[in-house]
Amino acid sequence: MTQTVPTESANGTREIGRARRRKEDARLVTGRTRWTDNITLPGMLHLAFVRSPIAHARITRIDTSPAAGMPGVVGVFTAADLGAEGIGLPCAWQVTPDMKAPQRPPLASQTVHFAGEGVAVVAARTAAEARDAADTVEVDYDPLEPVLDMEAALADGANLVHPELETNRNALWVFDSAGAGSGGNVDHAITAAEADPDSVVIHRRFRQQRLVPAFMEPRSTVVDPTGEQLTMWSATQVPHILKTMTALSLGIPEHKLRVIAPDVGGGFGGKLAVAPEEIVTLLVARKLGKPVKWTETRSECMLTAHHGRDQIQDLTLTAGRDGTVTGLKVDLLADMGAYLGLVTPGVPLLGAFMFNAIYKFPAYRFSCTNVFTTKTLTDAYRGAGRPEATFAIERMMDELAAELGMDPMDVRKKNWIRHEEFPFTTVATLVYDSGNYEAATARAEELFDYPALRREQAERRRSGDPVQLGIGISTYTEMCGLAPSRVLGALAYGAGGWEHASIRMLPTGKVEVVTGSSPHGQGHETAWSQILADQLGVPFEDIEVLHGDTQVSHKGLDTYGSRSLSVGAIAMVKAADKVIEKARRIAAHLLEAAEGDIEFHAGTFSVKGSPDARTTIQEIALAVFAAHDYPEGIEPSLDSDATFDPENFSFPHGTHLCATEVDTETGAVRLRSYVAVDDVGNVVNPLIVEGQVHGGLAQGIAQALYEEAIYDSDGNLVTGTLVDYLLPAAPDLPDFTTERTTTPATSNPLGVKGVGEAGAIASTPAVVNAILDAVRHLGVIDIPMPCSPERVWRALRTARGGTAHTAGGPA
Amino acid sequence: MIPAPFDYLRPATRAEAIAALRDRGEDAKVLAGGQSLIPLLRLRLAAPTALVDISRIEGLRGVHRAGDTLVIGAATSHDEVLRHPLVTEHCPLLAQAVGTVADPAVRHRGTLGGALAHADPAGDLPAVAVALEAQLVLAGPAGERTVPAGEFFVDYLETVLQQDELLTEIRVPVPGTGWGTHYEKFHRVAQAWAIVGVAALIRRDGDTITDARIGLTNMGPTPVRARAVEQALLGTSVHNGGIAAAAEYAAEGTAPTGDLAAQPDYRRHLARVLTRRAVERAAGTRGTAEPVTAG
Repeated sequence: MTQTVPTESANGTREIGRARRRKEDARLVTGRTRWTDNITLPGMLHLAFVRSPIAHARITRIDTSPAAGMPGVVGVFTAADLGAEGIGLPCAWQVTPDMKAPQRPPLASQTVHFAGEGVAVVAARTAAEARDAADTVEVDYDPLEPVLDMEAALADGANLVHPELETNRNALWVFDSAGAGSGGNVDHAITAAEADPDSVVIHRRFRQQRLVPAFMEPRSTVVDPTGEQLTMWSATQVPHILKTMTALSLGIPEHKLRVIAPDVGGGFGGKLAVAPEEIVTLLVARKLGKPVKWTETRSECMLTAHHGRDQIQDLTLTAGRDGTVTGLKVDLLADMGAYLGLVTPGVPLLGAFMFNAIYKFPAYRFSCTNVFTTKTLTDAYRGAGRPEATFAIERMMDELAAELGMDPMDVRKKNWIRHEEFPFTTVATLVYDSGNYEAATARAEELFDYPALRREQAERRRSGDPVQLGIGISTYTEMCGLAPSRVLGALAYGAGGWEHASIRMLPTGKVEVVTGSSPHGQGHETAWSQILADQLGVPFEDIEVLHGDTQVSHKGLDTYGSRSLSVGAIAMVKAADKVIEKARRIAAHLLEAAEGDIEFHAGTFSVKGSPDARTTIQEIALAVFAAHDYPEGIEPSLDSDATFDPENFSFPHGTHLCATEVDTETGAVRLRSYVAVDDVGNVVNPLIVEGQVHGGLAQGIAQALYEEAIYDSDGNLVTGTLVDYLLPAAPDLPDFTTERTTTPATSNPLGVKGVGEAGAIASTPAVVNAILDAVRHLGVIDIPMPCSPERVWRALRTARGGTAHTAGGPA
Repeated sequence: MIPAPFDYLRPATRAEAIAALRDRGEDAKVLAGGQSLIPLLRLRLAAPTALVDISRIEGLRGVHRAGDTLVIGAATSHDEVLRHPLVTEHCPLLAQAVGTVADPAVRHRGTLGGALAHADPAGDLPAVAVALEAQLVLAGPAGERTVPAGEFFVDYLETVLQQDELLTEIRVPVPGTGWGTHYEKFHRVAQAWAIVGVAALIRRDGDTITDARIGLTNMGPTPVRARAVEQALLGTSVHNGGIAAAAEYAAEGTAPTGDLAAQPDYRRHLARVLTRRAVERAAGTRGTAEPVTAG
């Protein structure tokens, strides 16, 4: 089939590239829409969970009877009451054949493994009655030792989170470029460097603190059992995966289950899940035969929805004294928490291919040990594995520069892939199809006024200014557009990475497009309409984007990993090609011309050489509906379906530069300027891209400066509210200077790469590098994240005391 | 938000409110703007059986001047306080400090009286009231009494208010000439509590400091007057390092807590640095450019 390149919409202007305001925003920002918690069904009951206040304990008694007598209560259920004791929630990623996986129950029945785990649930006529009753359920616990420290958890004789697994080690996953044939042996590189006076060997340990995804809309689920059919509305980013996995986990025939993600208020990976609460809501609804709703509180969300990051990263980097890197070895410990969620054990793997980043490293080895602890489970969070990798390597490049006395930008330039070297096969075996690191960096340096800031920095150092200036660099890339199905297969992921779309031409010429992507704030309805307006040559306003309901969007793999545009929208483009091809045949018939003489431009079919013989695709839609006159041998329909399986990932990249002022008296850090030049390929809507970059920057900066989920020595989350878990808002962030360079992706016809995660991936190391650059001359070489004022102050004080070392202390 | 059940009472007069507080006893709580009480209810950290909403009581809101005193109704919202011309003219310290409280939405609900009666030492306004030497008017069944702010705060979240008393007015003496003021707040994000805050009132005669009042936020279970600093500043020149030397006493007599935001030694260090800066700004010897407080 011929490939239709985007032309233009009916009014003659291209939609792609227009900074349109999002058509979905009026309803989203006013809240006058179908959020899950806005759904009220006749006779609907409300759930409240009874949760363990203890991290690790045997349950010795649950007495639900006090709750059963409370006003409005319809039922109080333990796992046994729901027949849920044999149910295990799904993990879709068996990263190694010998991976150890505990059963993850919807409700704990014998042992609780983290503080906040559900042990019983109350169904009542109102949410308030359910909450009041839940507080009266009596549960006795026989405490067990919490398991909180990953290294201690791996030691011989450690207390076990799941004794039946006989270890706290979930899996060990290794990539070695020597074994893969993509590079040398890193141990040889280290040995050689150690013996060579013209080489350096740098060891560093970084901590990726635990983060809370902190989406705006708390999770909520409504289940309506009607006859044999179960309908679940849920604030999820993965309705299709949720449907299939729920059907498999509960033995529900898949065709009897419908999952709907209505408007969803953010996810950041935090709603890439099959949650115990979703399963319990379904079980209670089915048991009582009534619609049931569960909506969590913010505190419940922070305590029990999956967290992100939480790695200990040990890196060894070898290089010549000219700055050329000769090898990189990465050893990770990754905290799984108490259970495995949908993709928990695979999150570090998504970083495994990214530690070499934009550089030409000749030897690379990565190993990751996944560890169970008695904490809330971890899973995908914006960037999932790639921010961790980017942080570590970008910090290491600065450490190398400091070691060699080189400008950190020069070290990067020495090692990066030059634009003429694309496509480039990396030491981690990925094929980077396109990019131009020189161009993005040159523009960033220009916008930032790099030389002037370096001069000011030197002056402040010379004068001993109490406020020191630092410059931080992050030249990042990421793999996104998840994912080629064959690659996911090779990584033992439980599904493919394709996406699906359907187009329905309506009789009046309007268009419905169904996408398997599942937006939760990204603006798909606007971007998809822009793309399809150009493809079909119909007005933007004539297009409706349908999503999120598995009975409407019957096929899809949902939204995560910056995949919607570079995979999902490409499926739509393919479906549009089919519509145009068929419409062309009908046009030829109606215009009484040979098919080869039909031209299509801006929504209009015309006959070559006869400009008056023309009809529009929207007119053809009506003709096909009437079906009075259409060619023989074809069906009277203009609908189409297409599935797109990408052949490669896409690789956005960019250069971020950050200037920070560090108040050496208080330790306070102020971001003075931030420049982000990103190359995300071709851009459909610059306004949406800008929004994604700003939001990503805020989240990445927040990891550097503010956010940390902290557990105390008993295993209790002590940052369980937004008072203790700090999120920045507009007053806390600088004006961002954002621009783009463009090298189109070659792996899809739109040349798009994806932008959902870029800002969050790039910004964290830029900020931390800038802080360290401000105080390195005072003897500080590391500050753990988040770089709170107290930590910065302690690091400075320790350095002044003569011994530079990592600063501790609470955030 | 799903708090534990409570009765909601909305008296129309002070007398009704006081009667309700007396009748309901220890389990009743006064609801003003809800800035602090609503989060406590939401988290079920407090479970009063009755809320006495004072927001509709006549005469509890507003600002007026009575001689040398600014009289601020206890139920006046932060937003009204910080914008009121009498406050910005005669008590810029209060306007400045109130402007740092939480965020605009909260400032439209929260009240000055509520912030004082809640007596959270991490709140900005108790230390400011202490430094301003405000007088607090409390109304009870037996009538009114007036308590200096410095004697109002008893302990963490505890004041001299009796269960059946209502804070009705905050009376702030209008300072004479020669005074400069500043509130120096150190916090990690704009809407967060102060890790440490310093309210400074400095009176100058030429280059000489002739009077000084310093209130410290979050340096103990109650707001603290930095008396040793005040003493050391008297007669000191605003130049030549006298302020810095005096500020070294800022942590004397304080008992800061250790929490997620800061350990006690760091708070003591901050008190010294921030006191120096607050005094310098109040004395006009340091620029008032945005201080470095992010991060």
